Amino acid sequence: MEKFTVGIVVFPGSNCDRDVFWSLEACLDLRTKYLWHEISDLSDVDAIVLPGGFSYGDYLRCGAIARFSPLINALHDFVKSGRRVLGICNGFQILTESGFLPGALVANQNLNFICDDVELDVISSKGGWLNNEHQKKVIKLPIAHGEGRYHCDSDTLKKLIDNELIALRYRNNPNGSTFDIAGITNEQGNVFGLMPHPERACDEKIGGIDGLYTLKSLIRH
Amino acid sequence: MDQFSVKVFIRLRPSVLDPAGEATKSASNKLGVEGIKSLRIGKMIEVKIESETEKDVREKIDLLCDRLFANTVIEDYEYSIETI
Repeated sequence: MEKFTVGIVVFPGSNCDRDVFWSLEACLDLRTKYLWHEISDLSDVDAIVLPGGFSYGDYLRCGAIARFSPLINALHDFVKSGRRVLGICNGFQILTESGFLPGALVANQNLNFICDDVELDVISSKGGWLNNEHQKKVIKLPIAHGEGRYHCDSDTLKKLIDNELIALRYRNNPNGSTFDIAGITNEQGNVFGLMPHPERACDEKIGGIDGLYTLKSLIRH
Repeated sequence: MDQFSVKVFIRLRPSVLDPAGEATKSASNKLGVEGIKSLRIGKMIEVKIESETEKDVREKIDLLCDRLFANTVIEDYEYSIETI
């Protein structure tokens, strides 16, 4: 059987693509492939990561212009096929701007760019994301964002709660996110977006391994 | 073909907190200007566009606003059109 291959999308302005490469290849022994945003053939990858960074310089709104790339157009069929998509930070912003996930990410309440470790409650793992052998209920991951305040209207929030789409909530809300939301999934469970950076928490020497569980679940169990 | 000048105003919806507006309001008070009850920051986009009719311009600007200029989850928009 071909080795499971994860596509790492590269936009002009992506800057966490190599960290994701390292965490998947070196820590999890997965095969990866960089996908330049102008390609639209996604047939040879089994899952996709939209990494963090500042795609298109965050012009207009974070993720607003990345949405128009050929790859994001092709992502609709990819998601329909049931394959998994993980959006980290700017990747999460792109997933909301493109309509793959509900809501929007806006400027942090305190206007600061926040770079810190945060504790997160694992609320749901729809689609098997965040499942791990230790079944942790609280994980610690780093955040690094200026526009990470999750916002949605009350109807959308009710849908998120009722359908168990909220994957992660901040224990001490750092940015003013609605309902302390740090990460959500789509209704099918195969698209997951989160503001924290799991790829930066894959080695005990640099602050923990809780990110490994998230990335490992790119492979459906 | 006529030339049109369009000014698009994009505002955060009233339900969305605007921390940049709050910070600017606070700075306005520090400048000694009193009585400001609310201050919210938006964006203005100027577009010059060539078209046969104003109706056609409206259709194009509506599309641009809905799909690109504004994120209607968090923002409202309005615009004015002038013939130039």
